[in-house]
Amino acid sequence: MINKIVPSVAEAVADIRDGATVMIGGFGTAGLPSELIDALIAQGARNLTVVNNNAGNADTGLAALLKTKRVRKIICSFPRQTDSWVFDALYRAGEIELELVPQGNLAERIRAAGAGIGAFFTPTGYGTLLAEGKETREIGGRHYVLEYPIHADYALIKADRADRWGNLVYRKTARNFGPIMASAAKCAIVQVRETVDLGGLDPEAIVTPGIFVQRVVRVAAGALAEPRAAA
Amino acid sequence: MQRYTRDQMAARVARDIPEGAYVNLGIGLPTLVANHLPKDREIFLHSENGLLAMGPAPAPGSEDFDLINAGKQPVTLLPGGAYFHHADSFAMMRGGHLDFCVLGAFQVSARGDLANWHTGAPDAIPAVGGAMDLAIGAKKVYVMMEHLTKQGESKIVERCTYPLTGVRCVNRIFTDLAVLDVAADGLVVLEMVDGLSFDELTRLTGVPLRRAAPAQRERQS
Repeated sequence: MINKIVPSVAEAVADIRDGATVMIGGFGTAGLPSELIDALIAQGARNLTVVNNNAGNADTGLAALLKTKRVRKIICSFPRQTDSWVFDALYRAGEIELELVPQGNLAERIRAAGAGIGAFFTPTGYGTLLAEGKETREIGGRHYVLEYPIHADYALIKADRADRWGNLVYRKTARNFGPIMASAAKCAIVQVRETVDLGGLDPEAIVTPGIFVQRVVRVAAGALAEPRAAA
Repeated sequence: MQRYTRDQMAARVARDIPEGAYVNLGIGLPTLVANHLPKDREIFLHSENGLLAMGPAPAPGSEDFDLINAGKQPVTLLPGGAYFHHADSFAMMRGGHLDFCVLGAFQVSARGDLANWHTGAPDAIPAVGGAMDLAIGAKKVYVMMEHLTKQGESKIVERCTYPLTGVRCVNRIFTDLAVLDVAADGLVVLEMVDGLSFDELTRLTGVPLRRAAPAQRERQS
């Protein structure tokens, strides 16, 4: 019997090794897998490369991981927010490397990794600082920049419900990077509010089919991230 | 001379957004446009974090922090709205499926270059988000900004001195003084606020402007 459901967040992240590239879902705190991040902090892996849209809010979740100084590099589109003081201090002190990527290029580079694409030409960023040094090409009278996929060893994702085969549905805009990160990582680890029996998810409505998911862990609803003021 | 207030600017932008349009409103000043869209028009608001047919802010106490906009503020979804993941959301933007985006700006050049993501200051922490995707992706890119900086310098410039967001991407500029189109041969003034002369606007702007033909101005009103 295939059962991707693991008993605890600690077991779910136990084998993440030093130097790993870890994608972390979420847009701000919506869809941020806070309990998996806390488990990764407790686990202690260091020298990590993290991929997320942002660079942490306030002092919890991704910001708490950054605060441990175990993240060598972050790949993101929007690090600077009103409550990104943890990242801001590390960046100003030269203690974290930043690869800034336009948000759509970030999403498409992640999607490309999961879809087996070697590289792609995108119009986004052409003629800007963020395309400096990159190969460009004119196709059909329009200018494009060559961008490469972002692969990861692990993805930490928050979904709403899963079954034991790893099929997922999400909740509202907490979906954001979850589906593409699941496909781009060698090992996608998903925290969910609820697990259901096989057949308990409408096959017409499954957003991430289980082939993209390796581990599922249920996190009690009461422990879900507290909403916070907008950043 | 009567400068437009921020709400008057937003109302003016809203007038140029027709029934059935798919629209992304950037963070900041452009967000105000939503308050001025006529209730009798069905207009689809897109938010790049993954929703279409975004509704107004929820009543206090009924916020759902899984349902937020690109500015990370709680919003609502209208009946008929949809959620989708980030790659689909940016396919809508980059793929030319949005009819309009409305963006704020530090500077716009006479040929339609946009600078709105980074001051380039050495100590500034850069952040870009979806600005570059919107700038090159929407069918029409509207910019909404004050005409002058606090120091009185024109934000419409011959060449942008701030780092670019997109090259030759802006179609129309709405300021507190005027509405201008970016044409192949330069900037065309469609409207000016009451009491402002064309010569005075040209002096304040500091780049060559030309007046729209009367018929063109007519179509705008």
